[in-house]
Amino acid sequence: MAESKLMTMRDAIARHVPSGSTVLLGAQLEQMIPFAAGHELVRQGRRDLTLVGPISDILFDQMIGAGCVSRVMAAWVGNVSAGVGYCFRRAVEHGVPRKIDVVDYSNFTMALALHAAALGVPFLPTYATLGSDLLKKNGNLREFFSPVSEEKLVAVRALRPDVAILHVQRADAQGNAHIWGSLGVVVDGARAARKIVIVAEEIVEPSVISSDPNRTLVPGFLVEAVVHEPGGAHPSPVQGYYGRDHTFFAQYHEQTRRVEDFEDWLARWVAGASDRGEYLKQLGAERVQTLGVKEHSYSAPADFGY
Amino acid sequence: MTARSEAEDADRGYTFSELMVAAAAREIGDGELVFVGMRLPMLAFLVARRTHAPRAVGLFENGVVRETPSVELLYTMGDPPNLLGATQCGQMLDVMSLLQQGRVNVGFLGAAEVDRFGNLNTTWGFRDKEMLRLPGSGGACDIACLARRTVVLLAHNRGRLAEHVGYITSPGYGTGSGWRRAQGLPINSGPSAVITTLGVIRFGEDGEAFLASVHPGVSVEEVLANTGWALRVDDDLVETPAPRDQELAVMRELDPNHFWTH
Repeated sequence: MAESKLMTMRDAIARHVPSGSTVLLGAQLEQMIPFAAGHELVRQGRRDLTLVGPISDILFDQMIGAGCVSRVMAAWVGNVSAGVGYCFRRAVEHGVPRKIDVVDYSNFTMALALHAAALGVPFLPTYATLGSDLLKKNGNLREFFSPVSEEKLVAVRALRPDVAILHVQRADAQGNAHIWGSLGVVVDGARAARKIVIVAEEIVEPSVISSDPNRTLVPGFLVEAVVHEPGGAHPSPVQGYYGRDHTFFAQYHEQTRRVEDFEDWLARWVAGASDRGEYLKQLGAERVQTLGVKEHSYSAPADFGY
Repeated sequence: MTARSEAEDADRGYTFSELMVAAAAREIGDGELVFVGMRLPMLAFLVARRTHAPRAVGLFENGVVRETPSVELLYTMGDPPNLLGATQCGQMLDVMSLLQQGRVNVGFLGAAEVDRFGNLNTTWGFRDKEMLRLPGSGGACDIACLARRTVVLLAHNRGRLAEHVGYITSPGYGTGSGWRRAQGLPINSGPSAVITTLGVIRFGEDGEAFLASVHPGVSVEEVLANTGWALRVDDDLVETPAPRDQELAVMRELDPNHFWTH
């Protein structure tokens, strides 16, 4: 049997995500955002990261506020249920805690950029963003004249992250991963990235993975590290494991309006928790239980027999 | 948002948000593919499904295809109740491919600003000459470029209905007639309606906005005073139809505490 890729979050981040990396986070949009990995990047003091993701909910905001980020390539940065991200605004408007470059995409062009990298081609064409200021300002979107039809199109340059950090429901020790629910750009993101770090709610035997190979959206041979981190996506949801902690998003909004309030928030939830276990203790057993699955709803089994 | 007292709402029997939802629901035809979005448009889609458009299909940018209401109120399209009982949980490219093919009939959008040609800005705000960074496009630019019709919902005031948007996140009719075609955007696409807290705005052949209806109790003067350009008024201006009992019943069943329709 192949060697296990299981390691702690601390080791996975230390080995695979140095300062200056281009990191894909939040590939499944509002679900399965790898908050635990983002917090470990903050604790290990990463700098000059380029963050890539269609929308990021509040993870990008936190990492920007912590000073880890020099560039964001995204379609949307903020707090999905509460509105703007104050750290993002402070960084863009006032250079606090540092200046960042923002490369604005739309969701579709972000998906195409990753799809192009996944296919190994330099760009893919689309009609999306024609006429918009995104097209004017983002140098990775270039208008061109179609060689096969009489029309203008936009070439979306391939975007290859150094590392994709993907939160999944379950994986085996080699990183073969089952994902279900909100997929977003996870399939292309996994193939586009040079390296993958899998963060899993559960580690299962390889036989569990191979029992349902249609659900294996990331094959283990592409994966460098597997981290077993239950609760690692909180406050974002993981279908079948826990719900979205809407209150946490609302509280983050209220508690980060001023830079000093954000510093307090970071001290409590990131610096103040040495790892995800500590974080969940701070959150409290009652709250964790409240977010848990109330009523299971299993899919009908698919028969792979012959 | 123009302030309306609770007493006025009680007199009328519905809130202005409920009126906007009902107006938005009527933009959806039966059997149509709809890029739904969240908040009021989500309710509008569900109202349409339960009233005049039982075969409408909802698409979400995270890849979800859904035909039935979720069992709980949603805060985001990725909330677990939006995936439980979905028809399909695909990838973003699965739904965007339908959009680019021109198979999506209508997409709903919000905006910080909309201008006289229906261009939308959700990237940069302006306050006292200071630039405010807003969250950005998400999928809005894609929908505005590629959906056959787009419907915009927003609060009606001079700051938000501006003569020119400061940044075109999501293109409308640009500078007017022929502009979309010149940019290379698909034929048969573009803004269809802007539903505000005061009325409904539509677009002429020349791409410029006109006031098509005013909400009950709202005067044309009030609309014009709250619009940042000399808005044309339709010769056949009507009053926006009040929500029907059946529409209100669906909204109140799905949003019993008026979380979205306060």
